[in-house]
Amino acid sequence: MDLAELLNSLSETSGVSGYETMAADLIAERWLPMADEIRRDALGNVIALKKGKGHGKLLLAAHIDEIGLMVKKIDENGFIRFATVGGFDFRTLVAQEVTIHGKEDLRGVIGAKPPHLQSPNDQKKAYPKDEFYIDVGLKREKVDELVRIGDIITINRQVQKLAGQRYAGKSFDDRACVVMLTACFERLTQINHNLDVYLVATVQEEVGTRGALVSSYGINPDLAVAVDVCHGEFPGVRSDKGFILGKGPVISMGPDTHPRILDKLKEVADEGKIPYQLDASTSARGTDAWAIQIARSGVACSLLSLPLRYMHTSVETLDLGDIKEGGRLLAEFALKADRQFVEGLPCF
Amino acid sequence: MFLKELSEARGVSSREQEVRDLIREYIKPHVDEVFTDSLGNLYGVKGKEKKGPKVMLAAHMEEVGLMITSIEKNGLLRFLPVGGIDPRVLVSKPVFIGKEKVAGVIGAKAIHLQKPEERTQVLGFDDLYIDIGASDEDEAKKLVKIGDVATFTTVFGKLGDLCVGKAFDDRAGCTALVELTKLEFNCPVYFVFTVQEEVGLRGAGPAAYRVNPDFCLVLEGTTASDVAGTDEEGYSTTLGEGPAVSVMDRSVIAHPKVVGRLFRLAEENGIPLQNKRTITGGTDAGVIALSREGVPTATVAVPCRYIHSPVTVMNQSDLEHMIKLTELFVHDIAEKGVEN
Repeated sequence: MDLAELLNSLSETSGVSGYETMAADLIAERWLPMADEIRRDALGNVIALKKGKGHGKLLLAAHIDEIGLMVKKIDENGFIRFATVGGFDFRTLVAQEVTIHGKEDLRGVIGAKPPHLQSPNDQKKAYPKDEFYIDVGLKREKVDELVRIGDIITINRQVQKLAGQRYAGKSFDDRACVVMLTACFERLTQINHNLDVYLVATVQEEVGTRGALVSSYGINPDLAVAVDVCHGEFPGVRSDKGFILGKGPVISMGPDTHPRILDKLKEVADEGKIPYQLDASTSARGTDAWAIQIARSGVACSLLSLPLRYMHTSVETLDLGDIKEGGRLLAEFALKADRQFVEGLPCF
Repeated sequence: MFLKELSEARGVSSREQEVRDLIREYIKPHVDEVFTDSLGNLYGVKGKEKKGPKVMLAAHMEEVGLMITSIEKNGLLRFLPVGGIDPRVLVSKPVFIGKEKVAGVIGAKAIHLQKPEERTQVLGFDDLYIDIGASDEDEAKKLVKIGDVATFTTVFGKLGDLCVGKAFDDRAGCTALVELTKLEFNCPVYFVFTVQEEVGLRGAGPAAYRVNPDFCLVLEGTTASDVAGTDEEGYSTTLGEGPAVSVMDRSVIAHPKVVGRLFRLAEENGIPLQNKRTITGGTDAGVIALSREGVPTATVAVPCRYIHSPVTVMNQSDLEHMIKLTELFVHDIAEKGVEN
């Protein structure tokens, strides 16, 4: 499969938390030919099963939703005020193009006051949140006809191919990891793996890991790997919190990680000569692993991460090599972890 | 009209080649003579032998952009603005660098890693980098050089009743000038596409000296702030109410006779025309008016929201009205002479 093409398509598709249908449809279509079973649950999670030798149920989860905006108010001149869905740095929104999903899709730009109308003191500060609005170039009456309070707004960004295997775009958090699951999926169709693998594109991660909560209840797995992005190194980012793009996926050592899954991931990576980095993480927060680990009576869980620069901007930057290596690592794990390993997980 | 093509063409001050080549192709069939000067200004001449006052029409070809000033060990690029760019519009935007259009992005530290007080601070040119995906200095140097310039990547398109694109300042003026070359006038007309307006009105002075016109009109894109959060007195100009005439800005007090003639022609012909209602900024008119012993000059401009950002917004009808008004203006001068 052309992973770069899939990354491009998924990234440029709209799928803000709670409204993931377009992105979810796209991945369901790509997974369908490889899956033994595929279904959608009530919240919209896409759940595919790739059967192995039945040594245990492995859940692999990456979220399909992205952060976005929502129409809050249409003012007297037709300018649109908005709320955020997920966490934004408003400084990244100035002069940003968006699509408003009204009765029809409308192109918009996020406006801000020109600097010469600001006091010299205000020019030195970031624009205050309450000054942001969207300009759709239409009069109030027309906007009222096409747009309603609550309509979803997606950030517009074409993927940029950078040097080497690097790409920049929106919603790589976490569609890049959905691509990683797809790379793993493809590999699983070529090998006789031990574990039955449930691949899940989860919804509503950005608003509190909600899709992961219900999908792990539904699947009731023996063990799980949540796959999400971590921060890429960059000036101003602590060296222990910024991972190097192109040096492989990052295995978490935090409280979201079962110690024996951690060891097993490292072991299969070493055997398969798969590069990886380690994250001495002190928290289980911030990814689907948070919800999966405590589903039903508890799940042996771990977290695999993809280094990503500029997270939650529209120019998130990654290295495709890390996606490929991560996919290989997950497939190797499903190949080599066996019944004995799975049965030993609850025994501390 | 070539608004889309000219908006998407890339030409930062002193690197106007791509835009110049495009305009040269467009105007060649319609003018008697095309030439350039040592600064890079492009001239199209029509009716040189005709009697009557010599009219110069000017628009600047270049746009604001970024210049690569350093390539760091980690492969990231440092940059500075060429012309006036508020760094607040740059965060989270893609750019194309150099002739080869190398793609890069201007990122920012993830919100998750910021302290709350950081979010109110401006990310300035000291804090921003262009990331071209290079893993180190050597890889970066294979793709870009210090001194290369970068532009926004915006694709021109409709925005409701309006349109959106980059560099309408001053490709709107260039588009108007290209259209006007197709018309016939009863006086000599010099169509001048100037360089380096954004870095201090550098190209227009020598061009005016060379042309030595009796009259000059500068066609521009100018600031509009007819948007949410601005009181009406701060609008400066309003989209859809026709082109705007500056009576005064920081560079020039427009010649009252030119301004008067414009408003008279607008009124007689039912063309909307508005006053620019702020006095900030400057245009090529500033240096043209002071050329040799002085030239009666004024600036007519298409109102543009979010000027000098990746997403300039304008109303195409304002551009059409600016073209019509300029046409009438030149005819009027040819017919009635300088004094009326």
